[in-house]
Amino acid sequence: MTPSAGSVWGVHDLTVRYGHRLALDGVSLRVPSRQVTAVVGGDGSGKSTLLRTLAGAVRPVSGSVDRPLARRIGYVSATSGVYTDLTVDENIIFVARAYGLHEGLPARIAALLERAGLSSARGRLAGKLSGGMRQKLAFVLAVLAEPELLILDEPTTGVDPVSRSEIWRLIADAAARGAAIALATTYLDEAERAAQVLVLDRGRALLAGPPDEVAAALPGALCDLPPAQVTADLAPLSWRNGSMRRVWVPGGALPTGAAAVQPRLADAVIVACLQAEVSASASAGSAA
Amino acid sequence: MTGLLISARAVVRRFGDLLAVDHADIEVRAGEIVGLLGANGAGKTTLIRLLLGLLRPDEGAVLLFGEAPSRETRRRLGYVPQGLGLWDDLTVAENLSFSARAFGVPAAADVLGADAELRAAADRPVHDLPLGLRRRLAFAAALAHGPEVLVLDEPTSGVDPLARARLWDTMHAAVDAGCGALVTTHYMDETQQCDRVVVMADGRVVAAGSPSDISAGHRAVRVRTADWPAAFAVLDEAGQAVALVGRDLRVPDGDVVRVQALLDAHHIAAQTSDVPATFEEVFVELTHSVSARRRGVEAVGA
Repeated sequence: MTPSAGSVWGVHDLTVRYGHRLALDGVSLRVPSRQVTAVVGGDGSGKSTLLRTLAGAVRPVSGSVDRPLARRIGYVSATSGVYTDLTVDENIIFVARAYGLHEGLPARIAALLERAGLSSARGRLAGKLSGGMRQKLAFVLAVLAEPELLILDEPTTGVDPVSRSEIWRLIADAAARGAAIALATTYLDEAERAAQVLVLDRGRALLAGPPDEVAAALPGALCDLPPAQVTADLAPLSWRNGSMRRVWVPGGALPTGAAAVQPRLADAVIVACLQAEVSASASAGSAA
Repeated sequence: MTGLLISARAVVRRFGDLLAVDHADIEVRAGEIVGLLGANGAGKTTLIRLLLGLLRPDEGAVLLFGEAPSRETRRRLGYVPQGLGLWDDLTVAENLSFSARAFGVPAAADVLGADAELRAAADRPVHDLPLGLRRRLAFAAALAHGPEVLVLDEPTSGVDPLARARLWDTMHAAVDAGCGALVTTHYMDETQQCDRVVVMADGRVVAAGSPSDISAGHRAVRVRTADWPAAFAVLDEAGQAVALVGRDLRVPDGDVVRVQALLDAHHIAAQTSDVPATFEEVFVELTHSVSARRRGVEAVGA
């Protein structure tokens, strides 16, 4: 096993600008080996910038980046590169040659393709694969050389649940073999599978920690109320959850008769985003 | 029957030799959100196109508002495709007035609606908007003519959690006002937003009901150990469908005695327990076993 046992990669106090726009503002992230570290946020939150900076593709204004040599990094994005006019096998052989891989290669390729559910597609053109299969091939290409740091930027966006579970098995296998994994996602059920999560909003760290601890640290209290019982004062801090509305009470004093709901990561993130939105509009108001 | 907006009975659709939809049944009633789930290639999009009247079934019957799909029924329906169906070079306001006119909404109607952020962006071209706002615009365009049924193909894909919560708020508001909705998603935690779900695999409906009914009785084995990589390697090698969740491992549909025995045989100290399966685990199990069976049949036939 090539990756060293206890490596920790990551970024520290990172600031990145694109022209006048502040894309990341003092963000830190530790990415230890043998675990999955998730970065969560929406469109424009800075999560891709963070991963691209970690990969060495973006130069920060300030802050430090710890990463292995470029050839020891694997990178997969939602629109990842596979050679569409090559077959699955040809894609793999091309990448294997580029890395100078020989030893045990056929067995490793067979095992990876089996795990990815691509064994029966080895002769197919990559351009003829479904979206999920193409993502799995991109993943196989990225892990072929057993990278020490595996960077996954929304590897499962638009991928169906069956392919997604196969991608997660590939992720777990890479972590078990010693890789440090940094993964960006917009989906919190997926982030709950990581050992550590960092929540970004408009370039800033909102929340960080193990998913269950982040959820448990939600300030105030949550309850589910029938929509008709959500009064005007509660409504702005509530959202639909099936037939009920989930209500966040910052002070923690729930309406009479309402039972507290155990928060999940999604609740903690929604609440943190609501708070960030309120303070952003307050400061915009005072600046005007 | 009152309240029945969409009904499909034993619908079959072939493309050449491919049986894309195989005797599927589905119903959507007023005031309910029905989730349509399935892997890519399961037949969801073909079924939606059959329901919208964009494709004709080879067998079976599709009824929209009790009649065959037509231009008239299309007027009573709001559809947001996966690609959103917006004009990227037109502004927010232009997109909304275009779709309002296409559906015959009077010109005087306030097409911009109550969404303050969308109003603020009224004169911006769509290609400048963040994805969350583009999705809200697609919703507003689909809702402007007061449709009786909404068909939404992966409406929340790629947006952040707060924006996602707000999109669900919009869907629920329409349904509370009497609409029915058919929604596809790849994200199983969203099934809690649905009144019922319909699961497709290989063109067939393989399960239907509430998510808790569908997952009732399904179990998984949870493994807690200080050395998950070693435990993962052992279970994976033994052909167990093992998954990593945080620092725990889970084996959907696993046998707790067998899992413990495998770990013991490799001297891995671990605590195993039999726990209820998640809906996602059940979903993968359901769709996987159907596909595997189908492939087996083909192999025998070949």
